[in-house]
Amino acid sequence: MSQILTLTMPKWGLSMTEGRVDTWLRQEGDEINTGDEILDVETDKINGTVEAPFSGTLRRLVAQPDETLPVGALLAVVVQGEADEAEIDAVVQRFQAEFVAAEGSEQATGPVPQKADVGGRLLRWFELGEGGTPLVLVHGFAGDLNNWLFNHPALAAERRVIALDLPGHGESAKALQRGDLDELSQAVLALLDHLDIPRAHLAGHSMGGAVCLNLARLAPQRVASLGLVASVGLGETINGQYLQSFVAAANRNALKAPMTQLFADPGLVTRQMLEDMLRFKRLEGVQQALEQLSAALAEGDRQRHDLRAVLGQHPALVLWGSEDAIIPASHSDGLDAEVLLVPGAGHMVQMEAAEQVNQRLAEFLRKH
Amino acid sequence: MARKISYQQAINEALAQEMRRDSTVFIIGEDVAGGAGAPGEDDAWGGVLGVTKGLYHQFPGRVLDAPLSEIGYVGAAVGAATQGLRPVCELMFVDFAGCCLDQILNQAAKFRYMFGGKAVTPLVMRTMYGAGLRAAAQHSQMLTSLWTHIPGLKVVCPATPYDAKGLLIQAIRDNDPVIFCEHKLLYSMQGEVPEEVYTVPFGEANFVRDGDDITLVTYGRMVHVALEAANNLARQGIDCEVLDLRTTSPLDEDSILESVEKTGRLVVIDEANPRCSMATDISALVAQKAFAALKGPIEMVTAPHTPVPFSDALEDLYIPDAAKIEAAVRKVIEGTRSAA
Repeated sequence: MSQILTLTMPKWGLSMTEGRVDTWLRQEGDEINTGDEILDVETDKINGTVEAPFSGTLRRLVAQPDETLPVGALLAVVVQGEADEAEIDAVVQRFQAEFVAAEGSEQATGPVPQKADVGGRLLRWFELGEGGTPLVLVHGFAGDLNNWLFNHPALAAERRVIALDLPGHGESAKALQRGDLDELSQAVLALLDHLDIPRAHLAGHSMGGAVCLNLARLAPQRVASLGLVASVGLGETINGQYLQSFVAAANRNALKAPMTQLFADPGLVTRQMLEDMLRFKRLEGVQQALEQLSAALAEGDRQRHDLRAVLGQHPALVLWGSEDAIIPASHSDGLDAEVLLVPGAGHMVQMEAAEQVNQRLAEFLRKH
Repeated sequence: MARKISYQQAINEALAQEMRRDSTVFIIGEDVAGGAGAPGEDDAWGGVLGVTKGLYHQFPGRVLDAPLSEIGYVGAAVGAATQGLRPVCELMFVDFAGCCLDQILNQAAKFRYMFGGKAVTPLVMRTMYGAGLRAAAQHSQMLTSLWTHIPGLKVVCPATPYDAKGLLIQAIRDNDPVIFCEHKLLYSMQGEVPEEVYTVPFGEANFVRDGDDITLVTYGRMVHVALEAANNLARQGIDCEVLDLRTTSPLDEDSILESVEKTGRLVVIDEANPRCSMATDISALVAQKAFAALKGPIEMVTAPHTPVPFSDALEDLYIPDAAKIEAAVRKVIEGTRSAA
């Protein structure tokens, strides 16, 4: 039996209310598969690619390039099986007649992050999905839970997924005590305790990967598996000049160069992304936290922590962008882990190649 | 996402957070506590528009209503600042500047210089400016350029709730006298503001829109009018860069010059009267330091050289609007097409 499906404007992150259609990457009549990249969309925060949530024939491109549409608006019609033009017209007409944009009521639409005193400090985390062994997503240096905005909803289709703001980051408390890896790993453990999670899958990006590895070292029984994305702790070198210039940057121009190094495609660094990072850096306590952590992670171009010995005790998947300018992708060589090297992606591989990362990580988690 | 609050609430929150952090911070002004001492919140207005509402009860003894004598309470605030306190005094309308100008011009602004750097005057004077409220010629002026003219003062003019909070905290922590200018029509504007404490540095302009064809430099409420014009012009294929100065003293010359060197065209938008204003100041700066980059004459969009009219129709004509900015931009673009 045939089915007529609608592809709609996604919601990336909590503040997205609308997106601008940039370019269609596929044409009317194309056969598409789940996960295929269908079109590029720009928002005031971020530029991204909409992936097919289902397979079928792309029969009607409704949204036009340069058109700005609210979250949930109709982008395209996909047909599984057969349908004639009149049937598609009817679906489009009905959708447009019934569609109401969730205007100005961001608070009311869907789940929101939570905050609580966890182990003596304020932590913020965001939960999506339910069931299964939970997955905890741990962002990297100077990141926050929004670093997973292209991954979190997709991974939450199959299990409970919790993304947190590490201490010193996002909307969690900024003051660090020792300001080292142990303190961050202990904070993640405290959150697991707070949420009564005995055992979780952990996935970490960059510094967050080292936080996960270190947690597996401190409390191996709490860890079901490790997903390590462009992770710290798996080799000897790191781009020390990046860390220094990022920490020192106090204005937009100074921040632009290091932020651009994070991505293989510099066009992904938007004005708003720079502004948001500046806003983070201006918060009281952030500068000190970043200085403490950068000193804890590296001395010049040398990493301070070698956590490769932790591998082997838990199932592990290592993901890397081949064009990573912060931590070389060659660190993925010879590890006791599954490895996916994503060609053409930079350090923020989970954003730049979200679909590949999501598919491989979901597949890995299903096995363990 | 960060929570949204109004410009007015952002100012109130900055005051409360700094008063909590630093016991030397206090507020003085006309009606800042409000009421006649009767019990209950209802009687404490918190200023003529309620910006300091609630602080009187939260900080007993540190929100002081002054008699209607600017020369008296502004002078008292300047004196307190020299003696180790951090006063935030409120000049209800900037139009009343004449009643306390000596205290600012000849005292606060001069102490650091005349005492050989041995005296600091960490004073903030919050003040309301701007036309559009049908408040006539003595309650509607924009005198930012008057303060900017005086060496020894820092002058701040936030355009958004986010900047209002961060710049006010910066102002309170600054060791020099700061004139903090708030537009009446911005008080109800909503925007994302972190609950946490943060500062926005002085002398760092904000690129609120990136563009390649022409630079629009402005500050205060006109930032939003310039953005409206830029969005209209974008539909006609003209790509404006919009720069919000945030502070007029210190002035972020580098960002202005960097932008004009990229676009080669400049329109300066200022709600103030045109003579000896920020508009002329920035035009002079660019003519002097980026003349070679300019493809054609600089345009200024300002109020006319008249008092603010009381008539609704005339006041609407007086205030620069998006249509006037768009006309100025088109004039510059059309005049420089061959140079493009």
